[in-house]
Amino acid sequence: MTAVNLRDAVVLLGGFPALAGVDLSVEPSEVVLVRGPNGAGKSTLLHLCAGLLRLASGQGDVLGCDLDADRAAVRRRVGLLGHDTALYRELSATENLHVWARAARVDGADIVGALDRLGLPSRRRDVPVSRLSAGQRRRVALAAIVVRRPELWLLDEPHAGLDSEGRETVDGIVTAAAAAGAAVVLASHETGPADSLATRTVTMAGGTLTERHPR
Amino acid sequence: MTAWRTLSLFAGDARLVAAKDLRIEWRARTTVGQVLPFALLVLVLFGFALDANRPALRLATPGLLWMTVLFATVVAVQRSAAVESADGARRVLLLSGMAPAAAFVGKAAAVAVQLLVVEALLVPGVVLLYGAEIESVPLLAAACVAATVGLAAAGSLLGAVVAGVRAHQTVLPILLLPMSAPVLIAATRAFADGLGTVAVNGWSWVGLLAGFAAVNAAVGAVAYGPLLEDA
Repeated sequence: MTAVNLRDAVVLLGGFPALAGVDLSVEPSEVVLVRGPNGAGKSTLLHLCAGLLRLASGQGDVLGCDLDADRAAVRRRVGLLGHDTALYRELSATENLHVWARAARVDGADIVGALDRLGLPSRRRDVPVSRLSAGQRRRVALAAIVVRRPELWLLDEPHAGLDSEGRETVDGIVTAAAAAGAAVVLASHETGPADSLATRTVTMAGGTLTERHPR
Repeated sequence: MTAWRTLSLFAGDARLVAAKDLRIEWRARTTVGQVLPFALLVLVLFGFALDANRPALRLATPGLLWMTVLFATVVAVQRSAAVESADGARRVLLLSGMAPAAAFVGKAAAVAVQLLVVEALLVPGVVLLYGAEIESVPLLAAACVAATVGLAAAGSLLGAVVAGVRAHQTVLPILLLPMSAPVLIAATRAFADGLGTVAVNGWSWVGLLAGFAAVNAAVGAVAYGPLLEDA
């Protein structure tokens, strides 16, 4: 089953086409890097694939679920790391992950294991996330995706704000997820650490895909 | 999936959201540190304003009490909505796959708990400060519960409506206060009977409050999902 299948996808934000006819196909175990300048439509593309935006025209399905008719089913099966962390500031990292896991009804969620993998020190796990550094919050946000074990990972600038150790950790997690059969779509505005992860790179500008670079 | 299993999952999701909001509230101390002092201060200031006319103060007690609760509702609802908008946290609810109606019930329940705490302090407050006399505890308790559910449901719904509006902090009271006018009127009448200030049938007003609560809860449960997506 193809993880992402978009055909002439158009998304309007505030009446303007943020995506203007995108064709994209992503297979399981594939790591696709979407590269483009700010405002190219990368984040919009990820939000569309997460079932958070509606198609204005065109067609699309994600993990076999139609993006028009069954966005709720799509949302249950994807993990999205956006520019913001989607964490409750007053709750600790452990409490946030409990909420994420219980809300998504993940049986036997390994919260300690996820935080271990992301390298968040034990003493920082039970303080409100508002007191963590930006990089640590980013790690917790990624841990929330690890806990949910999604079939499609959508990571917007996953290395942003991370030190070299954190970037290596992210690379390891993405590689492991793809090896386990998940599809991964990364978005990045510059040439950098995400390039080495990608099995395929596409370039966006002005809401459309302009180039495809098979590896 | 059986109806019982569906109901059990719904209740579990609502409980999760309510517990999460109350835990956040406990950490932030908004109710304890801001809403309660604010509500008591309003009560005291009303007392100063009308103290020269003690009978008028006693007569106005139910209305003053529920005006204070309305102000407290605005603060509690603003806080409840802000929790979901900060750092894109509403994505937790959107991507979890939980029924939006369950999320709405959970959020409204958390607001209702906070309002009941406020009312639990305000009622003794009007007895002490205004010299009010309680004639029917069951009537007052029923009016409090029905009015609180109605206010919490209306507030949580409007909190989602204005979440994407830039001036949401000012728009919320502009929408919530007139929408809550039926609660203010009915709860004031019910309390007037329960405090013995006016001879009316308080229980019929409680019935109206219950109807208002049911309508707001039903509308909120249906509308919360689309509102959450569009925020």
